[in-house]
Amino acid sequence: MLKKIANIDRRIIFIVIVLCIIIPFLTKTVLEIRVSAPVKSAYKALEKLESGSCVLFSVDYDPASQPELQPMLIAVLRHAFKKNLKVIMMCHWPLGFPLGQDALMVTAKEYDKKYGQDYVNLGYRPGMSAIMLGIGREIRDFFASDYAGTPVDSLDIMKGVHNYGDITLLIGFEAGATGDYWVRLAGAQFGQKITLGCTAVCAPDCYPYLQAKQIEGLIGGLKGAAEYEKLVECPGAGIIGMTAQSAGHIAIIIFIILGNLSYFILKKREKE
Amino acid sequence: MRREVPLAITFITGFLLIIGFFIPHDPIGGLQSMFLQWYAIIAGFTMVLGLMTLTRIHTRRIVKRTQGFGYSVILIGAMLGTLVVGFYSGIKYKGLFELGTPFMWYYNNILVPLSATMFSLLAFFIASAAYRAFRARTIEATLLLIAGVLVMIGRVPVGNLIWNKLPIIAEWIMNIPQLAAKRGILIGVALGMIATSLRIILGIERTYLK
Amino acid sequence: MFLLIFLLQLSPPLNVQVFDTPNDKGKSISIKWKLSPDDSVLSYYEVFRTTDKKHEYYSRGIVLRGLNKFDDSTQDGEKYWYKVRAVSPTDFADSEPLGPVISYAQWFHHKRWNALILGIVFCGLVLWYIKKAKHGGSLFIRKISGLEAVDDAVGRATESGKPILYLTGLSDMSDVATIASLSILGRVAKRAATYGTPLLVPCYDPIVMSAAQEVVKQAHMEAGRPDTYNESKIFYLTADQFGYAAGVNGIMLREKPGAVFLQGYFFAESLLLAETGNSIGAIQIAGTPATTQLPFFVAACDYTLIGEEMYAASSYLSKEPTLLGSIKGEDFVKLIIIIVISIGILLASLSSFGILKTSASNFINWFSGF
Repeated sequence: MLKKIANIDRRIIFIVIVLCIIIPFLTKTVLEIRVSAPVKSAYKALEKLESGSCVLFSVDYDPASQPELQPMLIAVLRHAFKKNLKVIMMCHWPLGFPLGQDALMVTAKEYDKKYGQDYVNLGYRPGMSAIMLGIGREIRDFFASDYAGTPVDSLDIMKGVHNYGDITLLIGFEAGATGDYWVRLAGAQFGQKITLGCTAVCAPDCYPYLQAKQIEGLIGGLKGAAEYEKLVECPGAGIIGMTAQSAGHIAIIIFIILGNLSYFILKKREKE
Repeated sequence: MRREVPLAITFITGFLLIIGFFIPHDPIGGLQSMFLQWYAIIAGFTMVLGLMTLTRIHTRRIVKRTQGFGYSVILIGAMLGTLVVGFYSGIKYKGLFELGTPFMWYYNNILVPLSATMFSLLAFFIASAAYRAFRARTIEATLLLIAGVLVMIGRVPVGNLIWNKLPIIAEWIMNIPQLAAKRGILIGVALGMIATSLRIILGIERTYLK
Repeated sequence: MFLLIFLLQLSPPLNVQVFDTPNDKGKSISIKWKLSPDDSVLSYYEVFRTTDKKHEYYSRGIVLRGLNKFDDSTQDGEKYWYKVRAVSPTDFADSEPLGPVISYAQWFHHKRWNALILGIVFCGLVLWYIKKAKHGGSLFIRKISGLEAVDDAVGRATESGKPILYLTGLSDMSDVATIASLSILGRVAKRAATYGTPLLVPCYDPIVMSAAQEVVKQAHMEAGRPDTYNESKIFYLTADQFGYAAGVNGIMLREKPGAVFLQGYFFAESLLLAETGNSIGAIQIAGTPATTQLPFFVAACDYTLIGEEMYAASSYLSKEPTLLGSIKGEDFVKLIIIIVISIGILLASLSSFGILKTSASNFINWFSGF
């Protein structure tokens, strides 16, 4: 029996995890969320901006990371529109473009914002690092038109927006290493203020930047999204997902404890 | 010549980009931004290269009827299907990515669930890997185990319900010991990267040019 | 009445400064000011300029209230005069006109002196050690077990009659990690060609695929087996992260490789790949500079190259003195960094007690100056 516990079939672990995740979604239990310091800083960085300031949203993820990052993007967009900030969106991942567009259209409708005046989607262009460096000089070198081919000079929102100097805050939603490039290229070379939102697995990579004040704030994983939703008072998929995540974590911890207990008992018996 | 030309290109572009970092004046500063634009254009063409290779390999498999050629048929079919739906949406509707276009339907109902399924497998694999790897075999492994469990429990709301200091402890682990180790590795990685770049620019490292 | 008008009058922006934008390639003038005392009631600031003092000023752009900087595009060598207007919904107030200012390009970015000095020191040391190595100086390099195991892994796959699977990561050719991975691929491919073991290389990036094909082809030629080279074994899969993970997992489950090499930059898919490799019982050697993925590789693989160990691979495997020399130089720079960090810690600690406060801040500012 102990040997079985020490080597549980991974299919059993999979079934337990499935149940731990599905049941909270069905029961719709909601847990109290505590807002962490990095998310609070991210919220403050946007909150302190003057109405009318330009914020660049970079959607650097694809459908695989959608469950974690889409609630985050929606929450931050709601915050930006609520504060009447001008939203410029772009993406470095081609498959992320429709996700950004979807979030933009849904939230813009909620706050009655007009395309070209209050927000714009510049779309995707290949050559990530070249674009990041190029925006430091002139955004039109790479984005002469928006995603639909409309020249950016014909859009009110883009008047007077040429380079990082005209963008008050850059918010990157990252599933990979694109956030690192933003910090190294836009932050270090042009002094651009940056906030990052990233998947939980990428979040530890951003802590050095946060501590060195190279980024204004950090929203990590679905938990970060839930905390931001709490701050902007717009509960969404983040808060709902927190119970499932809690149950999943507890299940893994129980498995680890069981594995260790059986390991020690077996080791003791072997010695005896 | 087959080796010398690429090596010369690497040396010249590498050297110009490095001095361009220190000299903003034209022609150096201008060259740097020109190279960046070239890079962006070439990066776009790699997609065509990928598409061509993929089509060639899978068409060959279908023609030769090699084992598992059915998957190649599905791949080519899906690729052409996406292309047709994309063109149709682009022509019929205002834009490819407007809500309600067939392309967006295809994206939302096929690509999104497939990708999300792959990503969600992580939850199961992390659980089984954690169960297998987190064994207190040595003192170091025990420390790792304790830190891992504290972070796991402290990072979710239930941790706060169990003991309100748990999230603070998790945050401390992330901010101090985790960061210290990470910085050490990062400095090493950065130096390794600079040394390798230098070897590449100087043509000492040529393995990538075989 | 006059007093009331005076009190209601809007204050213009204060202390306006107009100067050539520093450290740029010219064609730009910067305008900076101290916010108007009435900033809270303003709508915006508007920047005006003229090329002739006698002519009228014309608008160059607006800046939101709360902000105090504007960069204007110009023609180098031409004289410009500027003024900044504070604009409220009902009134406006102009600053005193300033000028003439001329824009010009700079020959050196003065905020990058520290990077230049450190760059020269680093490159100098690496080059010096390379030169020393060329002249036959002895260089010691510690044992890296992950790289020592490369030949064993190929051997084991050959003994079991199974193929080898090699992944170059999810980065493109501009990433140094990919180049380091191709170096290791060269070694693996040569061994595999010698033993006649099939080698599969599914690629994420089309350019990496072309480079990998060349590397494997050359390895086959070096091993004296050009006839066994099969281009279709090094193929492009997809540039979608999880599509790639699904494709590679499928290959692992169908082909059941005896050895799996995961070398390069990986992201969240790392555990999906490593766990599947583990489940089929393959010997796995991973290597990545992605620190977040290292724990997953350590948990699921037999050997893991941590960060810079991977960059050292080509030097370690080839044992070529010039390449080893660069590693020695790198280690020396690491020593300098350790000394600098220690001095920084000491000065920062002393300054918290009020000792050497200025020296500490100067020291830290110099290193974080760009």
